[in-house]
Amino acid sequence: MAKIIAGVSSSHVPAIGAAIDNKQTEEPYWKRVFSGFEKSKEWMAKTKPDVVIGIYNDHASAFSVEIVPTFALGCAAEFPPADEGWGPRPVPVVKGHPELASHIAQSVILDEFDLTIINKMEVDHGLTVPLNLMLGSPTEWPCPVIPLAVNVVLYPPPTGHRCFMLGKAIRKAVESYPEDLRVVVFGTGGMSHQISGPRAGLINSKFDKAFLDNLTKDPKKLTRIPHIEYMREAGAEGIEMVMWLIMRGALDDKVDEVYRFYTVPASNTAVGHIILENRPRAAGKSRRPAARKAKRAGRPKTRRAAPAKAKRAASRAKTVVRRG
Amino acid sequence: MPRAQHDYDDIPGTFVFDAERSRQGYGINMFCMSLMKEENRKAFKANEAEYLKKFPLTDEQRDAILKRDYNRMLELGGNIYFTAKLGATDGHSFRHLAAVMTGSTQDAYAEMMLKGGRSVEGNRSKSGRDKPAKAGKSKSKTKSKPRSKRG
Repeated sequence: MAKIIAGVSSSHVPAIGAAIDNKQTEEPYWKRVFSGFEKSKEWMAKTKPDVVIGIYNDHASAFSVEIVPTFALGCAAEFPPADEGWGPRPVPVVKGHPELASHIAQSVILDEFDLTIINKMEVDHGLTVPLNLMLGSPTEWPCPVIPLAVNVVLYPPPTGHRCFMLGKAIRKAVESYPEDLRVVVFGTGGMSHQISGPRAGLINSKFDKAFLDNLTKDPKKLTRIPHIEYMREAGAEGIEMVMWLIMRGALDDKVDEVYRFYTVPASNTAVGHIILENRPRAAGKSRRPAARKAKRAGRPKTRRAAPAKAKRAASRAKTVVRRG
Repeated sequence: MPRAQHDYDDIPGTFVFDAERSRQGYGINMFCMSLMKEENRKAFKANEAEYLKKFPLTDEQRDAILKRDYNRMLELGGNIYFTAKLGATDGHSFRHLAAVMTGSTQDAYAEMMLKGGRSVEGNRSKSGRDKPAKAGKSKSKTKSKPRSKRG
């Protein structure tokens, strides 16, 4: 059975791609950004996922205003880098996983998420920059990547709640795939930034840090953030952060935050990055399912709300241990 | 017909690219998209007004494009990811566009970003609802914790 083992979020600033392509990563301005991903590359080398599901948005590269799909799942065998006006980025062609992708499509559509199936698509910096940040610049990407392009350009993007629920549906789909595959989900974009209009340059580190905190501890709270708040607080383009909630929805309710990085700026944008791991299920720590089962057996259904509340309070009190 | 009012119209200095602007700005954005091809970039640069005749544009939209009035393009339905292609066709970096849109210089804009960007304080609302929104915070006492980290 395939399973989702971890989630990663990262900004996908185009200037980061340009810095890589123009070999500027050692310049002090960029070194500040790239040094934050050294541990992430080590984590990826150690984790070695079999497949990555890459959630990102297209920036007028594959999709113009002619067709604007809300959720577009890449089911092709490969996705060449798009020409974004300066020639295609010198990065490897993204190899897909058509079998798993079409399985996900079939499963989530029956779960009432009306995906668009994409069998031919070029991918832009939105997908390839996070791949660089997490994997460096190899001659071939080390594993297949299934792109999921989300519309966050034409208002309104899907709500944070819808994104979170799609993540849950993707997880269900992955877990019903027969082959033993270890899957990591990338949620990309953000964090606070505005690149359009007289308010361009807006950054809100306080919003970003609270978002990162809640992404780990209380993602359901984030699903209640309305679009107006993203745009007002985190900039018109900061609304990309809804894509992180697809990643988070695909993980367990309780996760371990293993790494976090935040810096301002990269070009016009606050760069945020987090790695969350699902806790191993069969190991000795698996007291949760057993406890839940016991509770279910011993108590009438009407009392379930109270223990849940107590459990939440207890988990809040726990300190989060961060590696790295 | 006047533009319908939305909650996000209260955000200062921001033109949200919504369904109405997308409808109105289809010609602007398709023109910008055409600049992805080298032959089109050449044709446009050779005779801008002539090239623009190929796209359904209002006089105002055409004028905004010819004058490189980037804020006006956004207001009339252009989207930044598309209009940035016009900037690139002119050989400008994004920083140039940012300076034009914010009425700043490239150096001053870059300096502002290095210092942590434009603050949200004083930039949330036209109507004076200038306080942090509720949704990011918790209802319970535990939620007030992030606030205390301010310093």
